[in-house]
Amino acid sequence: MQKDIASFRVKYIQILDEKGNVDKKLEPKLSSQELRDLYRWMVIERVFDNTALALQREGRIGTYAQSLGEEAVHVGSTFATSENDWIFPDYREHVSFLMRKVPVKNLILHWGGSEDGMELPERSNIFPVCIPVGTQTLHGAGSAIAFKLKKQKNCSLTFVGDASTSTGDFNEGLNFAGTFMAPAVFVIRNNQWAISVPRVCEKSDWGCCQSRAQTLAQKAIAFGFDGIQVDGNDVLAVYSVVKQALEKARKGKGPTLVECFSYRITPHTTADDPTRYWDPKVVNEWVKKEPLARFKLYLQKKKLWDEKFEAAVQAEAKRMVNQGVKEAELHKPKPTDMFDFVYEKLTPDLCEERKEWQS
Amino acid sequence: MAKLTIVEAVKDALDCELARDKSVIVLGEDVGLNGGVFRATDGLFKKYGDKRVIDTPLSESGIVGASIAMAVQGLRPVAEIQFDGFTYPAMDQLFCHAARFRNRTRGRYTCPLVVRFPYGGGIRALEHHNESPESYFIHTPGLKVVVPSTPYDAKGLLISAIRDPDPVIFMEPKRIYRAFRDEVPEEAYTVELGKAKVVRAGSDVTLICWGAMVRECLRAADDAAVQGVKAEVIDLRTLSPCDYETIFASVQKTGRCVVVHEAPRNLGFGAEIAARIQEKLLLFLKAPVLRVAGYDTPFPYFKLENEYLPSPDKIKKAIGRVIKF
Repeated sequence: MQKDIASFRVKYIQILDEKGNVDKKLEPKLSSQELRDLYRWMVIERVFDNTALALQREGRIGTYAQSLGEEAVHVGSTFATSENDWIFPDYREHVSFLMRKVPVKNLILHWGGSEDGMELPERSNIFPVCIPVGTQTLHGAGSAIAFKLKKQKNCSLTFVGDASTSTGDFNEGLNFAGTFMAPAVFVIRNNQWAISVPRVCEKSDWGCCQSRAQTLAQKAIAFGFDGIQVDGNDVLAVYSVVKQALEKARKGKGPTLVECFSYRITPHTTADDPTRYWDPKVVNEWVKKEPLARFKLYLQKKKLWDEKFEAAVQAEAKRMVNQGVKEAELHKPKPTDMFDFVYEKLTPDLCEERKEWQS
Repeated sequence: MAKLTIVEAVKDALDCELARDKSVIVLGEDVGLNGGVFRATDGLFKKYGDKRVIDTPLSESGIVGASIAMAVQGLRPVAEIQFDGFTYPAMDQLFCHAARFRNRTRGRYTCPLVVRFPYGGGIRALEHHNESPESYFIHTPGLKVVVPSTPYDAKGLLISAIRDPDPVIFMEPKRIYRAFRDEVPEEAYTVELGKAKVVRAGSDVTLICWGAMVRECLRAADDAAVQGVKAEVIDLRTLSPCDYETIFASVQKTGRCVVVHEAPRNLGFGAEIAARIQEKLLLFLKAPVLRVAGYDTPFPYFKLENEYLPSPDKIKKAIGRVIKF
């Protein structure tokens, strides 16, 4: 006997196309203020990103991971959360910290080489920057299980990159979330590149790529929940899909995986030289699809954008970022902090080493 | 007072803490209805239900990674890893996250987590079921490492570990899980972390050990006594932070020291202890500090495990060498 015992579908959602045309049926019901806020945060992320890049070039901060072109993923998802939901970033979601009221100062301190940056404000409900790729998936899953155990109504929102989906922890995290029906949403920022290794396998008989899976969204199916692919350069699509996923999670209907299909139009970090591996023609095509331009066209059509608004938003972003940079550069880390936060109390060994440092 | 084995004392500690503090949860593979493969959680699932004693997928990194997040979110997870050799997949989470949350966030987020697992050889087990991985954990700043050797200490140390504000690796010597019984009070009590215990007083040589090696050292000390050598035996109980004060006080007195552990000699904890002793007490030493340890080989399959493991005989030979030096 032979029969099909299971079949699956993976949806793709785009609400706003590259020219700013909206799919009326799918358009989210957001107020003018909310739409302008989405735009505002995307501008803030871009201004922060440009500033951080310049600071790195001048040697004022260390290696930095740019977010240019991926603002829709970060802003759309974070905007969909309620402030009691927890966010689990990796290292590119700078704006998610800012949207959770973490001062610019903290981010500049972090990228400028001080642990003080991740002394996050109370109730910011965001985990610190997580560099080991994919490991944060388990923190998103584990926190969501904790919320469920404590009968809280909040959810977790975890960001990972496309390469994270190859790690054990990503798969273990999704499996935990699925088995416990945890209120968790996982967002893949599929920017097509893991430093130099492409997401898609171009050769039919060999690797040199991230995964032969047709989509990354479909990985959710193996864990018993939905995976959806969205246009990752469309802030309305990202917002709507993540919002629905969070609502579903809040109702006890389990996790969702959202693959945001985008492109990394920047180097991996400031330490990377992508001319060694990418095709500039392809990159230029993707630059044309970047998220801010199309959202601006959409706002323009709705009469929510004009030069005056743009100038005000830019000025606010620059003021906020520059102020944070100034504060961060005045901050001096305390060397004894190196010893004082390893354990709650200094161990005898650390006591000795601390004294040795002081002498 | 009940007479309990080590594994029963572990269960008793979990029971006390589950009853005392609603934020304490136990999770791991087969810890639920099955009560754990060594029965360390026997009956707890029935008593506390599946929201407090939680069976997880077979996923060590998952168990520890999820527990880390639960700890940051205010729960007190006690994660069981089924065997020593299966802690390796969880090390990324332990080293990169559990050990660092407090420091990384300058104290904003902390990780009061216990990861407990049976460790060590001598039970004729399969490959990967005999490891003594303590050095990896001791070497990682931010983790505490605790190893009981008696039922009384197992209960008191585990309760302390659960109440500790930092992540604790709790290694249970499975070889002596059921080897003997101790009077163990029914109520909750704590044994302070970071304090070694002199389990036998002596003046000629100091034997330093932990876990299942404590019994081997005591046997060697009995044998040595017959020949008139008085060995002092120190059970470290906590390996990180280590109680060097107790070690130094003893070695200053005896002038001789042998460190005994199951883990391979190369970079085993004995190396650090020997280094610290010579830094502090060079002029008091009457002989070099020796180590009786596992060989620098993979842990052999069980037909050869007794050849590999430190034994009272091997310890006695080392005592002979430091006495005659």
